[in-house]
Amino acid sequence: MDQRNFEYMFYGLAAAWTILCLYALLLTSRGRKIQSEIDHLKRMLDSSPKK
Amino acid sequence: MRDKLIYGAGIFAALYFVRNLYVILLQLPDEAMQGAVYRIFFFHLPPYFTAVACFLGAAIASGLYLKTKNWKYDVFAVSATEVGLALAAINLVTGMIWGRQQWGIWWTWDARLTSALITWLIYLGYLMLREGIKDPSERAKNSAVLSIFAFFAVYFTYKANEWYRTQHPGPVLTIRTGKNTIDPAMQAMLFHNLGAFLLLAVVLVAVRMNLEDSQRAVESLRRRAHAIA
Repeated sequence: MDQRNFEYMFYGLAAAWTILCLYALLLTSRGRKIQSEIDHLKRMLDSSPKK
Repeated sequence: MRDKLIYGAGIFAALYFVRNLYVILLQLPDEAMQGAVYRIFFFHLPPYFTAVACFLGAAIASGLYLKTKNWKYDVFAVSATEVGLALAAINLVTGMIWGRQQWGIWWTWDARLTSALITWLIYLGYLMLREGIKDPSERAKNSAVLSIFAFFAVYFTYKANEWYRTQHPGPVLTIRTGKNTIDPAMQAMLFHNLGAFLLLAVVLVAVRMNLEDSQRAVESLRRRAHAIA
């Protein structure tokens, strides 16, 4: 590969992978948040007095 | 079992991308006029077609939801839309970087670029609409209607450079032009990367659907907690 316009090719590929990685991280963080909320609500329901 | 399939497909997609990157960076020749920068094309067109597939899937699922009122179609529609939006963002940003190098400008308000941006904003609006409606059935019904109409914007974007004179380059794939306007090795690589992006999209939609199911479980637990309190 020659070096002509290599810089912008790098920016383009880096941008594509950055967006993909950010989205994957977003999904992971949402998953963790939801799971901790489920655990919290389950604990709360288990500890509440039964009617 | 389902989780194992998702992880397996994710690993396969990652390996497919590694193989594709090897060919793109080390085996394919440079383009005569553009030099190395044309390689952005492999991360511009495949995400666009994958996003179109996601939006089409969301529109079909939305229609099925309106007909059957089955929640699984709503879950699929929102998941496919969100993944499509991320892929459409890749399409827009890589296009801007290529345009800056080739045209000397980041952006131009031609029909193709403008309609692509408007389409992206419409789908962003879809997600915002869902955030704004608390009642689940109202949320699913309204967003399904929007998803179906939003697909007209996708079709308009696809056809924009045929209907209008645009700065955006015209079609290059042999299946659209009927001529050999692109090197066969480059075209084959485009389809390989399209395959990798489609597989990745399937994995991301499946993960997002799991999240949506968990979110619904949270809402159900919250209702139970409120009933007790």
